[in-house]
Amino acid sequence: MKILVVDDERDIQTLFEQRFRKEIRDKSLEFVFAFSGEEALKYLNHHEHEAVLILSDINMPGMSGLELLGHIKQKYSKPPPLVMMITAYGDAENFNMAKQLGADDFLTKPVDFSLLKEKFKMIH
Amino acid sequence: MNIQLIISFFIIIHLRKSFQTATRLPWWNKNLLNLMYACIALQVLELVFPAAKPVAVWLSHTIVLGIVGIIYLEETFRSARPTVFAVLPLILVSFLEDTIKLIIRDFYREWDNVFDAARFFAFIWLITLLIINKRQRKALEKERLKTHEEERQNKIMTTLKTNLEMQVAERTAELTSQKNALEHALAELTSTQALLIQSEKLASLGELTAGIAHEIQNPLNFVNNFSEVNTELIEEMKHEIDIGNLEEVKAIANDIKENQLKINHHGKRAEAIVKGMLQHSRTSNGIKEPTNINELADEYLRLAYHGLRAKDKSFNATMNTDFDNTIGDINIVSQDIGRVILNLITNAFYAVTEKKKQISSAPLGPGYEPTVSVTTKKIRNKILITVKDNGNGIPQNVLEKVFQPFFTTKPTGQGTGLGLSLSYDIIKAHGGELKVETKEGEGAAFIISLSLN
Repeated sequence: MKILVVDDERDIQTLFEQRFRKEIRDKSLEFVFAFSGEEALKYLNHHEHEAVLILSDINMPGMSGLELLGHIKQKYSKPPPLVMMITAYGDAENFNMAKQLGADDFLTKPVDFSLLKEKFKMIH
Repeated sequence: MNIQLIISFFIIIHLRKSFQTATRLPWWNKNLLNLMYACIALQVLELVFPAAKPVAVWLSHTIVLGIVGIIYLEETFRSARPTVFAVLPLILVSFLEDTIKLIIRDFYREWDNVFDAARFFAFIWLITLLIINKRQRKALEKERLKTHEEERQNKIMTTLKTNLEMQVAERTAELTSQKNALEHALAELTSTQALLIQSEKLASLGELTAGIAHEIQNPLNFVNNFSEVNTELIEEMKHEIDIGNLEEVKAIANDIKENQLKINHHGKRAEAIVKGMLQHSRTSNGIKEPTNINELADEYLRLAYHGLRAKDKSFNATMNTDFDNTIGDINIVSQDIGRVILNLITNAFYAVTEKKKQISSAPLGPGYEPTVSVTTKKIRNKILITVKDNGNGIPQNVLEKVFQPFFTTKPTGQGTGLGLSLSYDIIKAHGGELKVETKEGEGAAFIISLSLN
């Protein structure tokens, strides 16, 4: 299962790669990283239907996670990938906005990785 | 008629009148009056008893010469002397005539004509002098009136002067009290200004709070996550040691080391933010310290961005940074310059947000990407820090006022109008310049220029 992780913090890549080292090693999970909404869209345009799940931060400079979500859910309708939103502000406004735009799940930082693993297993 | 008596009579009347003896000189008045009665009595005596004429004549001479003597001897009657001088020849001629008539009768008879002529000239003398006297007196009177008028004028002037002095004193008192009131008002304004500056600092700190929370949360998450990962890795490493897979042990050890560095990096990041926040809220100590201007600008850019994000969820903007790494550390009061950079960045974000609002309300507007860029550049011995936005720019009429205290284009309650004014003062205090370049509709760039010397 290919997962696209979108976050402006570059260290998120190292963190994910180490957190899921076992899963990556036995190839049950595959991660790609984008460090902005724009980069994520570019990736999706070039590799359509590769990523099954998109894990995106909301709070990013330039295109925000919510804008990215809107683009994904509008453009990739056959069928769109699952999108999980992550935010540092666990507020109702962001949550409602994400739901309205069609987010499949909503997580708050700091991310609980064991919970995330469970979620991945359920999708898999 | 006895000429001496008539002369005496008129001189007395003249004296009484011109010296106002009735009121001023009562003693003289009484005696002059008595003398006058004496003259009248003698005249009557002479007319009624012609035989007594010689006695009357000699008494008359005595009286008239006495009066002349008094006038010449008594200082009181000094001013009557010219009048006496007029009648004196007549008096003397008739005295001489009578004397000669009495002593050498023949001589008198022989020279009768001469005496007549003398009397005539004495008379002419009298009339001429009286006329001259009268004229002189008139002139004197005129002079006196003039002097009197002058005195009157002087008096008026003195009164006016006194009034004027009083008015001046009143005005001075008024002005002094006004000056005191103004000084008081100024002192109040100064303290209010200090309060406003403090509240401007607090307001900008408030803007920062959410950003700070976010900026601290992120590195903390990394610290926690990487340390958890390391715990897992150590467990794994133990296992690999047990099975003797040394290659894998080495790889894991490298990962742990890398993670430790990351933990350290993010811990430092959080620490820097807390330090920056403390510095921002602290009153500036005014001490210049070597500061990395790029790090300072980057820190405040992030703080401002996340601060605004926290306040307004819909807010978003692209941030570009272009830092000149050859700058190195420069000597500045970092919390002051930080405050200026923060202010400029916050303004830039505000400008692009405003433009975005306008465009999104217009149907099918062209794609607008709100962008704020921060650049640093070293040019010879100068450092330029530029904060640029692609907002609406600043209209010419506003441009002149942007650095004025209390000038704001923001709605009431949203801006103190002190941000740019304080920024300007801070840069001035660093011996630098704060300039603005703008094109209406295309954006604005605020340029801080600091000298390295």
